[in-house]
Amino acid sequence: MSISKKDVEHIAMLARLHLDEEEKEVYAKELSQILEHAAKISGLDTKDVSPTSHAIPIRNVMREDVITSSIPRDDALLNAPDKENDAFVVPKIV
Amino acid sequence: MDLFKKTAFELHNLLKEKSVSAEEICKSVFSKINEVEDKVKSYVTLTEDLALKKAKEVDEKIKNDEEISPLSGIPIAIKDNMCTKGILTTCSSKILSNYIPIYSSTVVERLFEQDVVMVGKTNMDEFAMGSSTENSSFGPTRNPVDLGRVPGGSSGGSAAAVAADEAIIALGSDTGGSIRQPAALCGVVGMKPTYGLVSRYGLVAFASSLDQIGPITKDVTDCAILLNHIVGYDSKDSTSIKTEAPDYTKALVNNVKGLRIGVPKELMAEGIQPEVKSAVENALKVLSEAGACVEETTLPHSDYALSAYYIIAPAEASSNLARFDGVRYGYRTKESDDIIEMYKKTRSEGFGKEVKRRIMLGTYALSAGYYEAYYGQAQKIRTLIIDDFNKAFEKFDVLIFPTSPTVAFKIGERVSDPLQMYLSDVCTIPVNLAGLPGISIPCGKADNLPIGLQIIGKSLNEETILKVAYTFEQNFSLKA
Repeated sequence: MSISKKDVEHIAMLARLHLDEEEKEVYAKELSQILEHAAKISGLDTKDVSPTSHAIPIRNVMREDVITSSIPRDDALLNAPDKENDAFVVPKIV
Repeated sequence: MDLFKKTAFELHNLLKEKSVSAEEICKSVFSKINEVEDKVKSYVTLTEDLALKKAKEVDEKIKNDEEISPLSGIPIAIKDNMCTKGILTTCSSKILSNYIPIYSSTVVERLFEQDVVMVGKTNMDEFAMGSSTENSSFGPTRNPVDLGRVPGGSSGGSAAAVAADEAIIALGSDTGGSIRQPAALCGVVGMKPTYGLVSRYGLVAFASSLDQIGPITKDVTDCAILLNHIVGYDSKDSTSIKTEAPDYTKALVNNVKGLRIGVPKELMAEGIQPEVKSAVENALKVLSEAGACVEETTLPHSDYALSAYYIIAPAEASSNLARFDGVRYGYRTKESDDIIEMYKKTRSEGFGKEVKRRIMLGTYALSAGYYEAYYGQAQKIRTLIIDDFNKAFEKFDVLIFPTSPTVAFKIGERVSDPLQMYLSDVCTIPVNLAGLPGISIPCGKADNLPIGLQIIGKSLNEETILKVAYTFEQNFSLKA
């Protein structure tokens, strides 16, 4: 499995990462190597095997439908990099 | 008296007898920190004032003849991926370098209720991604046994702190071996409990189906004591198991008569350093002489575990780490014209190399056209690995093999080769995929570097592995 520089650019876009030219080259090489190792798993016949997402037999977990206290607004904003009038401030969206 | 050398069990007795105070214990540990911390660098943040205040409170309770818990006044180190209200929690990442949680993780809250004395927050591989604690934005932790070597990872700071007597006990987290492998490399005891036994609420998520918090201690007794106080159902963690937890210290008996030990041949094969293999064989002899039946067994799909893990864990991580966007908390890039650019620059500047590598890998494995071939297939292999363990446990009570294929490697030796670094976890990863409990205990040395013995039990069978570990500890002297 070989990952091209173009693949890397596409993945970086999906992952919201900015990579410089050198990083793109490095990741193309490293990801190819890692995926080559991971490709080992594709050789195994798993036609009749069902997937496991986690190791314990828990399905939906429901709580009682009762109102409990939530985080106070001032606390929620404590770590905000930028805030104004009880809201998070972000750069222009449209 | 060098109080920092003692275990929590010993210190509790001294406190109860009123022959030492919690303040003296706390000061002793901080004197050790002052002596070795610039060399070892176990901590990201030290909380000395808070620790002394807490210690004095415990002394007040003792003075008033109030009942104290086995952990009251015991200095503990907490890995820096567990939220501590009002105290910096960085995950050793630039992106959380200014993050002060507004709540505490359930484990930390439970321990605070027991009046533990928190010494500080320990260094780790950024977001727990790594096996050497070299991937920290704040520089590497060094192995106290040999400062030129790594302490293992990702809970390297916690393991090093306990090994260097910079804390009496510690908490780590284990996604693919991150408690057991550093415990092995530093010569201390580390346990990963059954998935779901300890609440993950307030643990910064790496790979949610694998992450589990557990104790790192100087001996098996302290491991059982600390485990007693962190387990239990928590409605804030949707994967928390509803179970009646026993008193784990009752499992500390020196008796393995008739116990059936399986040794999976795949995990004692090539790739295991010869000295590690012979130390494990010697440990099996000790247990066999104590009355256990030791037999070879097989985990036929072990060979696929590492590959499956390095799809599953990065896939979950790429999704979990999407929350770091520079909006609600953490680092934000200085200048950006629009929001997409802000996200990209914030994440590129805030995450380190290994974290970005895994986000890329996970994003790829989950992307359209590749999902079934990678993620889907890895989840099926996970089923096969669980089946392997189930079959082995039909015949055996515990499985034993090395914790780490090698002793501690040199700082810098594996940083430029991610695959080589990933291989450090080859013996620990299958256990996370199956969600089983495992413990690593010291079982010898090679060139003075510690070797870890790994004991794996059935789901929720922490008592059995504690019993085996305790029996081994009682019948084996490292000095011999």
